[in-house]
Amino acid sequence: MSDPTNDGQVFDRLPSTSDDRDVAGRATRSEVIEWWGDRFGVDAETFENYTFWEKGAGKIWVFAADLPSPTDAEGIGMTFLRTRQEHWKPTTNAVQRFGGRATHNVIDLGPDEAARFLAGDDLDPDWDGDWGYLIVTHEMAGEREPIGVGLYVHDELRSVVPKGRRASLTARE
Amino acid sequence: MTPLERYESLVDDPEAFRAACDRPLPSVVRVNTIKTTVDRVREAFDDAGISHIPTDWHPGVLRLPEASPGRNWPHAHGWIHGQEEVSNLPAAVLDPDPGDRVWDTCAAPGSKTTQLAALMDDRGLLVGNDNNLGRLSALRHNAERLGVTNLVVTNRDARNFSLKPFGSDGDDDARVDAFDAALVDAPCSCEGTIRKNPDAFDTWSLDHVHSVAGVQKGILRRAVQATRPGGVVVYSTCTFAPEENEAVLDHVLDTEACRLADVDVPLEGVAGVTEWEGAEYDPSVERALRIYPHHNDTGGFFCAKLEVTG
Ligand SMILES: C[S@@+](CC[C@H](N)C(=O)[O-])C[C@H]1O[C@@H](n2cnc3c(N)ncnc32)[C@H](O)[C@@H]1O
Repeated sequence: MSDPTNDGQVFDRLPSTSDDRDVAGRATRSEVIEWWGDRFGVDAETFENYTFWEKGAGKIWVFAADLPSPTDAEGIGMTFLRTRQEHWKPTTNAVQRFGGRATHNVIDLGPDEAARFLAGDDLDPDWDGDWGYLIVTHEMAGEREPIGVGLYVHDELRSVVPKGRRASLTARE
Repeated sequence: MTPLERYESLVDDPEAFRAACDRPLPSVVRVNTIKTTVDRVREAFDDAGISHIPTDWHPGVLRLPEASPGRNWPHAHGWIHGQEEVSNLPAAVLDPDPGDRVWDTCAAPGSKTTQLAALMDDRGLLVGNDNNLGRLSALRHNAERLGVTNLVVTNRDARNFSLKPFGSDGDDDARVDAFDAALVDAPCSCEGTIRKNPDAFDTWSLDHVHSVAGVQKGILRRAVQATRPGGVVVYSTCTFAPEENEAVLDHVLDTEACRLADVDVPLEGVAGVTEWEGAEYDPSVERALRIYPHHNDTGGFFCAKLEVTG
């Protein structure tokens, strides 16, 4: 058998902890769950029944079931988190799916700013919290709902909504 | 002869049939219960001044008489998915349970896959397969926007889909050696989509009908083989040609261990046909459902439910 490496073609299940790690630089399941807890206050129980997978360097996927590892497929679950870089970055879709449980590093926008954020504009809202990746929310049908990920740096909130998810919405049709 | 003239002898009311085929289709969306509830979607539409009318057979399927399904906040949040009314039928007929293992053989761009995921409460294992890589990227995009996490996406020819890549010949606890259910929403000549695509008939030919029927038979046979005894396989097309519908069922009844069950849905339709242009089909194909555009003011559709017996 060849040395375990990070094969970009197949999905590998993340090791539970660093004791089980055999691929250098690979995030572990417990690090990933801890990161969501530290950064956003998302409870570890949220992810109890999920498995986590890496395909390509640093791209982590969240999966509601399990399969033998490695598995060759086009996708396993949903893209979730970008690791192997100094600041880990959650995906827009993961934030929409799980970010409703966040308790901190969440910035809530009013209607006009929310529309501009979705269109991909950078904003300068009031924020005296941490710099880095924030969960951006607005009110929908009476509750806070996550729109996506913003990068707060130098008193500016950059929209990192991917091109395919941006939209310009007129207030009323 | 246009394809529609070809089927007038099968249709209960040819005039209503022709008139419905000439009318455009209303915009319809399905509420994505993975991310929200029907009530919240309705409230969000009200807040945005977008009118919406629930269909009388499915509270989570809404008609939007004035708006397009895409440009609004509920869409941006993945709360809704633009999906034609009859297209909601096959997943409802398959009716998976949370925790099931389900194979969607022809999945892209994923309207029915994501509906299956919602019916499974986004739990269990859902395999979405398509042999067209370009269309798979649309499937992935839709599944991610709708927040689906129980989906494995594969790019293979469903006719010889192997379970080996899922460890079927090993002893891993996470291996998959059979599915509880499968959906074959087959490639077809698309005659029933004429209201949505007025040029659907431009490429129509009898040769194409016959060649696509061969593919349909291959996919449906493989779906029955990969499903455990007692499991369910749903077959659907958006076309009227009996060659692509009842004849495909007849072939699979002959060659694989399965039988037809009733399609139990609160939509108007008529029974499958047992004779067509000199061919006779197994009498049980009557249990399939044919939906013509004038029945429910939708596109045309065909849907059948098979139970795997061995
Ligand atoms: C009617 S469309 C499926 C629509 C999809 N179920 C939905 O609801 O969005 C049929 C699909 O079958 C795929 N297809 C055609 N031949 C196939 C084959 N041999 N194996 C797998 N997929 C195939 C086509 O690429 C096409 O995406």
